[in-house]
Amino acid sequence: MATTTNVRVGVLPVSNAVRPPRSLWGDAWYQFRRHKLAMAGLGVLLLLVLGTLVGPFVYRTPINVIDFKVAIEGPSPDHLFGTDDLGRDLLARALWGGRVSIAVGLTAVLIAITLGTTIGSLAGYFNKLDNPLMRFTDLFLSLPILPLLLVIIYLFRDTLRAAFGPELGVFIMIVTVIGVLQWMPVARLVRAQFLSLKQKEFVEAARAIGAADRRIIFRHILPNVLSPVLVAATIGVGGAILTESTLSFLGLGFPPDVPTWGRLLYDAQNYIDVAPHWAIFPGLLIFLTVLSINYIGDGLRDALDPRKSA
Amino acid sequence: MTAVLALAACTQQTPAGASPSAAASAAAKRGAGGDLKILYWQAPTILNRHQATGTKDADASRLITEPLASFGKDGLPVANGLAAEIPTAANGGVSADFTTVTWKLRTGVKWSDGTPFTADDVVATFTYQCDEKSAASTIDRCEGVKSVTAKDANTAVVTYKEPQPFYYQWGVGDAGTILQKAQYANCLGAKAKDCAADQKPIGTGPYKVREFKAGDVVTYDLNENFRDPNKPFFKSVTFKGGGDATSAARAAFQTGDVDYAWNLQVEATVLKPMAQQSSTATLTTVYGSSVERILINFSNPDPALGDNRGEPGTKHPFFSDKAVRRALAMATDRNSVAEQLYGGGLSGKASCNILTAPEPMNSKNTDGLDICKFDLNAANAELDKAGWVKGSDGVRAKGPVKLKILYQTTVNPVRQKTQDIMKANWEKVGFQVELKSVPAGTFFTNTSPDGANHFWSDVEMFTNSGDPDPTSYFVGWTTKQMTGKANNWQFGNYHRYSNPDLDAVVDSLRKETDQKKRNDLAIKANDILVSDVVVIPLINRTFATSGVSKSLKGVDPTPWDSEMWNIADWTK
Repeated sequence: MATTTNVRVGVLPVSNAVRPPRSLWGDAWYQFRRHKLAMAGLGVLLLLVLGTLVGPFVYRTPINVIDFKVAIEGPSPDHLFGTDDLGRDLLARALWGGRVSIAVGLTAVLIAITLGTTIGSLAGYFNKLDNPLMRFTDLFLSLPILPLLLVIIYLFRDTLRAAFGPELGVFIMIVTVIGVLQWMPVARLVRAQFLSLKQKEFVEAARAIGAADRRIIFRHILPNVLSPVLVAATIGVGGAILTESTLSFLGLGFPPDVPTWGRLLYDAQNYIDVAPHWAIFPGLLIFLTVLSINYIGDGLRDALDPRKSA
Repeated sequence: MTAVLALAACTQQTPAGASPSAAASAAAKRGAGGDLKILYWQAPTILNRHQATGTKDADASRLITEPLASFGKDGLPVANGLAAEIPTAANGGVSADFTTVTWKLRTGVKWSDGTPFTADDVVATFTYQCDEKSAASTIDRCEGVKSVTAKDANTAVVTYKEPQPFYYQWGVGDAGTILQKAQYANCLGAKAKDCAADQKPIGTGPYKVREFKAGDVVTYDLNENFRDPNKPFFKSVTFKGGGDATSAARAAFQTGDVDYAWNLQVEATVLKPMAQQSSTATLTTVYGSSVERILINFSNPDPALGDNRGEPGTKHPFFSDKAVRRALAMATDRNSVAEQLYGGGLSGKASCNILTAPEPMNSKNTDGLDICKFDLNAANAELDKAGWVKGSDGVRAKGPVKLKILYQTTVNPVRQKTQDIMKANWEKVGFQVELKSVPAGTFFTNTSPDGANHFWSDVEMFTNSGDPDPTSYFVGWTTKQMTGKANNWQFGNYHRYSNPDLDAVVDSLRKETDQKKRNDLAIKANDILVSDVVVIPLINRTFATSGVSKSLKGVDPTPWDSEMWNIADWTK
């Protein structure tokens, strides 16, 4: 008997040593890999990011060479995506513009999520902060966006342009503006989740054994809030890419010769019947980006949901 | 070649001087036509011409109220308004010193409410329009006008303070609208604001307002009291506002929903096939003095100067060197812009003159200038000679000064493409170009630091046009007119350009009374501005660019007046 016990005692540590402890992220990754659409989305997104980062070095056609002889031509071996009305190569422009658009989309959403989650969790967890922070959120929700943008741009454009140059300066400005105008829904979402989760037994248990507020927030509640936040984030990326094009449309965005995806679409709108390729390719790229990010979000939500992985 | 021919067929250029009414009126009978449908993609918001805020308002009011006379194609008045004849120096209507103009008015004209029209109405209009407290948008027409008086019931006398070479300034054309004295009696001065009459003015024109929904649509009925018993042809008019230029073009050329679609500012590559393939409408255009131009800044727009930024007296770091300006002009490919973006004559043609009309004032001297020819080698040579050396980044510099240009214009697809073409060529000769586009509402104000008036960039681009007499147009380049903080950026010389030679020419233009000599002076002023590269003219744009139904007859736009100037003559 003692032998068997010994054996079992001996076996257990061995098996523990072979199988590493399961972590939240390890589990999530395990689940995520089994989500086919999410993996496909990740693949497409990586491809797009790589394409826009490395593409311009491989596909060396310049983005701004004007050649009227080939204006408004459909896809051909010379110009895989065709050309615009000034005869510029659309593939080169789309690759170059993708950098800006993807960067704007991801960074702006990162800012929105960070701000929104911080404010939402503080408001949801600490009763005292709830009212002032939520009124602050309401304030932001009720701000008239266009006049605000005009003021911000009037105040900071020249400063940023002088400090970082016309493109980086505008990038910082736009990313901040979009981020700062998009955090409110996230904050409300996070607050609502916090309000319901902090009443749950596992939080009370944690509090009962003396866990500090910080630990409860970060270890116990936040991971459970992640899934709605990630979904909100994935929707936000597409929104941010489109907001950037709206700003360009109003003349508040990048200099007009920077070919972001939104700008390409905007330029193409009047040509949709004579040169559909011009609108289709950037549109398709925006569509693919947003769709793949959505699937990734979907996969992440499933992977992070404890009930689902059980 | 086929394309050019087809285009010529599509663009109906009516011959100058043809009488617009002769053919139409023969068959026309009052009210024989049904409803005339006019589409303006900007909607009118007020029907008093003197409070109008845009062409849409001015044109919508022209159906109701009329001026003394209209401006014809040659820039001279046509007596289709309230005047019985056009006063000239020859018939004694204009005094020898060009200070008084005596207008003989038509007799027996009635307002649409049945009351008679007299010279008192003309005087009352002057009192209303030229009182600063009325805040009339047409008050610029009052500048230099001493008085307007009634000599008798059918004679009005306009007196100018000094000899006025453009003696048709007051009372003629688009801004010369005459209002009814009785209706506006309670709307003088400060009371002009919120005047109910502005929504439903009583006029002498061919139509009267049935219903006006501000910002949407105006419906008109024919005016039974109109002086010509055979006109107007249409029983009613629907003047619809709203939408955008592209959808307006579709309504005229593809669906045929409207008889007249205004100002089809659509990219030529889109508009051209639409107009060519249309079975419903033709594109009607007329060239005038509208010139798309690139302005060069002579002051220093560097923000580091603080309050002194862009003020008269500062000197531009590199545009003060004429060689740099010349090189910039030589690297300007206006022909490609005209061909690709304005459809090669569809909505504009290349021009190296800043004054393109009237025709006798259109300079023939600029075609031969080296700065009017697109030549990158010559531009490079010019800069080499002047000591601007290309750095490792391809940007030319002299000492610490780099040829870095900030190039601003309004948000507009055609302008953005023009910017792209300019940038590509300018960068080839060693400029570094940063583009900026500003919404039109912000750009055309004297309050915004991004505006054309402040001109806090190195070059900027927009379109401007002049009167039939170019004096006031050229005044905008004189030393006294330099814009800046002192005048709240309201003066016209945005360049802060100062040249005593030009000032002298403009001074003579103010006084010279011989028409032949005036033409020479205008050409001289044009040549100075072009050869000194103060401004780089690009495109002579069409003044009117409208889609006109193939069944609609009598439409004959003039570059100097409202497109509705002869709507009484329109028939089907």
